[in-house]
Amino acid sequence: MEVLVVFLPLLAFLIAGSLSLFAYGHNGAPKGAAAHGHGHDHGHHDHHHDAHGHDDHGHDDHGHDDHHPAAPADWRDRTAQVVTCGAVVLAAVMSWILFFQVTGHGGTPRTIELFRWMKSGTLDVFWALRVDQLTAVMLVVVNTVSACVHVYSVGYMADDPNKPRFQAYLSFFTFCMLMLVTADNFVQMFFGWEGVGVASYLLINFWYEKPSANNAAMKAFLVNRVGDFGFALGIFSVFVLTGSLQFDVAFAKAPELVGKTLHFLSWDFDALTIACLLLFVGAMGKSAQLGLHTWLPDAMEGPTPVSALIHAATMVTAGVFMVCRLSPLFEYAPAALQVVTVVGAFTAFVAATIGFTQFDIKRVIAYSTMSQLGYMFFAAGVSAYDAAMFHLFTHAFFKALLFLGAGSVIHALHHEQDMRNMGGVWKKIPVTYALMWIGNLALAGLPIFAGFYSKDMILEAAFAANSPVGMLAFWLGISAALMTAFYSWRLLIMSFHGAPRMPKKVFEHAHESPLVMLVPLFVLGAGAVLSGILFADRFIGHHRADFWGKSIFVLPAHDSIEAAHHYLPGWVGTLPIIVGLIGIALAYLLYLLLPRLPGAIASTFSGVHAFLYNKWYFDELYDWAFVRPARWLGHGLWKGGDGALIDGVGPDGLAAATQNVAAKASRMQSGYVYHYAFAMVIGVVTLVVWLSLFG
Amino acid sequence: MPILSITTFLPLVGALFILIQRGSPEAVANQARKIALITTLINFVLSLFIWFHFDPANPGYQMVEKAEWIPAFKVNYHMGVDGISMLFVILSTFLTPLCILASWESIQTRVKEYMVAFLVLETLMVGMFCALDFVLFYMFFEGVLIPMFLIIGVWGGQRRVYAAFKFFLYTLLGSVLMLIAILAMWFVAGTTDIPTITATHFDRQMQIWLWLACFASFAVKVPMWPVHTWLPDAHVEAPTAGSVILAGVLLKMGGYGFLRFNIPMLPEATEYFAPLIYTLSIVAVIYTSLVALAQEDMKKLIAYSSVAHMGFVTIGMFTLNAQGVEGSIFQMLSHGIVSGALFLCVGVVYDRLHTREIARYGGLVHNMPKYAIVFGFMTMASVGLPGTSGFVGEFLVLLGAFQDNTWVAALAATGLVLGAAYALWLLRRIVFGKLVKADLKAMYDMNIREIAVFVPLVIVVLWMGIYPTSFLKITSASVDNLIKTYETKLAAAGGVNVAAR
Repeated sequence: MEVLVVFLPLLAFLIAGSLSLFAYGHNGAPKGAAAHGHGHDHGHHDHHHDAHGHDDHGHDDHGHDDHHPAAPADWRDRTAQVVTCGAVVLAAVMSWILFFQVTGHGGTPRTIELFRWMKSGTLDVFWALRVDQLTAVMLVVVNTVSACVHVYSVGYMADDPNKPRFQAYLSFFTFCMLMLVTADNFVQMFFGWEGVGVASYLLINFWYEKPSANNAAMKAFLVNRVGDFGFALGIFSVFVLTGSLQFDVAFAKAPELVGKTLHFLSWDFDALTIACLLLFVGAMGKSAQLGLHTWLPDAMEGPTPVSALIHAATMVTAGVFMVCRLSPLFEYAPAALQVVTVVGAFTAFVAATIGFTQFDIKRVIAYSTMSQLGYMFFAAGVSAYDAAMFHLFTHAFFKALLFLGAGSVIHALHHEQDMRNMGGVWKKIPVTYALMWIGNLALAGLPIFAGFYSKDMILEAAFAANSPVGMLAFWLGISAALMTAFYSWRLLIMSFHGAPRMPKKVFEHAHESPLVMLVPLFVLGAGAVLSGILFADRFIGHHRADFWGKSIFVLPAHDSIEAAHHYLPGWVGTLPIIVGLIGIALAYLLYLLLPRLPGAIASTFSGVHAFLYNKWYFDELYDWAFVRPARWLGHGLWKGGDGALIDGVGPDGLAAATQNVAAKASRMQSGYVYHYAFAMVIGVVTLVVWLSLFG
Repeated sequence: MPILSITTFLPLVGALFILIQRGSPEAVANQARKIALITTLINFVLSLFIWFHFDPANPGYQMVEKAEWIPAFKVNYHMGVDGISMLFVILSTFLTPLCILASWESIQTRVKEYMVAFLVLETLMVGMFCALDFVLFYMFFEGVLIPMFLIIGVWGGQRRVYAAFKFFLYTLLGSVLMLIAILAMWFVAGTTDIPTITATHFDRQMQIWLWLACFASFAVKVPMWPVHTWLPDAHVEAPTAGSVILAGVLLKMGGYGFLRFNIPMLPEATEYFAPLIYTLSIVAVIYTSLVALAQEDMKKLIAYSSVAHMGFVTIGMFTLNAQGVEGSIFQMLSHGIVSGALFLCVGVVYDRLHTREIARYGGLVHNMPKYAIVFGFMTMASVGLPGTSGFVGEFLVLLGAFQDNTWVAALAATGLVLGAAYALWLLRRIVFGKLVKADLKAMYDMNIREIAVFVPLVIVVLWMGIYPTSFLKITSASVDNLIKTYETKLAAAGGVNVAAR
């Protein structure tokens, strides 16, 4: 069953990918881009090319989802959709079965070794499927959300001519993500890690006619590669320190490494601290933490289901999963944990500040995702891994719900994403509206809804950790919670209430989404309401040790959740709710009752607003600091280094000199150096032949 | 059965057949193509027997053939393969038929001579990897230059003469020094037999000079920075198949040379010069990656990426630990397949539009989806995506380097980022974006012949990425042996603390 859970999506990918590639005859060839070349070709030459007249929207900061002419689904599309949806739904069902088998009292974690991957010297790595409690949680998250997104996409992409390709990519992503979470060694984790990166690249770039999508995809891949650079070095240090890349072996060595140093670059560092920090750089890239976050908002160029699956619920949480998985290492590296806490806390805060100035509905949710990921990280940083994973779990449902709900709005309004051009549609799309309410209630962390349980636990744990960084995280987290509630209702009000601000025709045509899109929303909506109340006791309650088994390791002295359960002032638990309500009230005040006020505030504090609206100028900074110098250097080295210096002094100079000398010495000789060279080789060969015959 | 000699010289038989073809030029050309393809395919199958007969547990030379050649100078005809060279033989015989197939339509002038040149080239390449006598090795090693020079100079692009000259000048200058080194070794050891010389001790001062002389030759071949500038020109002007062989096999001759000569024969000098190699390799990785970013010509970009990838190779082999050396061999094999495939990808569109200028392309995914997939796949393999062959080599090399020197590993690892930058930037400009130009719209997707070229490459890349064990187990015994030889000789030389490494 473990094997099926992981490889069904791969199989679905191969089938759908082959369909998109080979099943289309002469015309209307779908545009596969990287379904790996399996299968055989029929040798058709596609002489017909359909340029699907996409209007170039140009790229401003509210880029639209692209608009395709209607292309009704035919048998190939249907087959691809049925195969991929079927496979992932099946995988989701089996994941839940595994979840209940593996977690809880008497659970049976297991590892299935498939076959050897590589062996070189003392390095020995296997392809393996490790299903323990931590993995089981991830399996449920990944496959449930993925199944919802697969089904939703059938409706959302109904007008797109490349349905099989889209479904194939989604399944490919799911497979890579499953390989990541079932890894039992660092290298397979890296495989999944980079695999989801590629899937993300392909899906962001799904509408590859759009230059903005091309650039966003490249940016996502490259920024992630910067993270992977750290991740790879972290893996190497773990190997040097523990002699193995298998999780259990490496973890077992961790206690002995306390106090040891590792000579890295020119300095001696505390061994586990440097290893964990390097690994954390990888997590920062994947999970869009401050500094390596710039790709995430741009990634919204991809179709909305992609944003829901990859850039909200699953892939971006891989970093959190990684830190939790490596808790046996991080626990012995308190300095690294402090860094994790600080980075997480600032990410939560900064992302929230950007979130409430944006106008693109998807970008608002993207910044909210980044902010929530910050919460998860600082939870892990204060050793509340259980809480981090719980928030990951609940967040997956309500954030996927928000994205898919936003997709439903975008769908209803003919691919309008700018909230300034929305408004007043709540009566037209009541179901979507209600579901968005649920999602936002969960995100804002109001009681009963999922986010309430997990977010509160995180904040309480940060407070209970009773350390300077814990306190910093707590207060930044509280202020982020205020902003979260504020921008969530700002989003609701701007999109659904007030006077309609879109063209009349669009407003009249606004329509509720079809059932195939709504059913997944209901499932996720149920998750957003229930996942907290149902699972809080298992994940973070008093018996959480039973639930998690050995998959998460916390030193007794670090156990902030335990501390939060016992010694906590009452106001700590209620403060998040209070700030949440304040945020909601503020949003109503500013955007419904006094709609002129936000503009006035923005213009009064235009400097601050511009700073926030322009996302703290990270992109500009990086462009100035890295992108331009790299290009400039590249060009300079090519023309100056290779051209002028090496070639100028070397072969060209030599040749010129030789030619001059030769020309002056005698006009009889050709003067080409290579003639001499050629003659020399022939001479050598003749010499050897002569030796062999007469020697 | 002297299987190595048969594999080596069978292509010459094919070449002979081509030469005796008579008839109309058209018919002769067709015959030449067919004979070349059949010969190289048979040769590939033959070479697989070498693989089957190979005993991975035996670190020594296998399938050895030895005959007297020039007894006066104790020069023998001595052939054999070990775990280091065997897979390169397979690589050569694997790529040659694909090259023939790739040249099927793109070469229309002097087809007969072209095919003969390729068959001769195959003989020389295979012979070079099998040769166990220095003189024999040198003949093959230098001989390769002649057909390659002709392939670039006759069937190349507009600046082919300049490129061929540059290629020749560089490589020859290096090899002349190696010839001197061979003579010097002969004076000490009294033989040119490679296993015997490997067992011979040279004093430290001499080692340093010999090392430098060999280095000059191999560094040009690899090519290492700063003697790499012949490569972009040679690639740009060479016909597609020429580029494939150049990147796929010829560059590996340099790396192979280091492993066969510099490291086991001259260990003290190797230890002395390892920092130099590291430095040049890191410069190569970073410098050429940046330069690749600025390229406007597809082939030049891939050529520069080759230099960067070969930088990983040279780093790996001088770490002198199992992961590093095995990784560098694996990286050479992988690079042979992947960069070969990338040059073939360039060839596909070059055959249609006759330009390599990146800016002329864009949006090809619309009308060439199959091509886009292959190109995208190979790009990913080139940036070292796990699951493809590129990852295993890079990962092992960096892992090896990290154990020896973290600076080297960290700086070389920046290649992960830079490599992705130029590769994806190329992919984006060629394949993605809008399809607007009329002549691009008229281009058709890959035909059966082209797909037949790529399918084996894709399969091998995935195989090497998912189950590299098949390859690593071949190399491991010989690599361990190499490291042991190196360390024992160093220890014997004294004064150097081996345990510290």
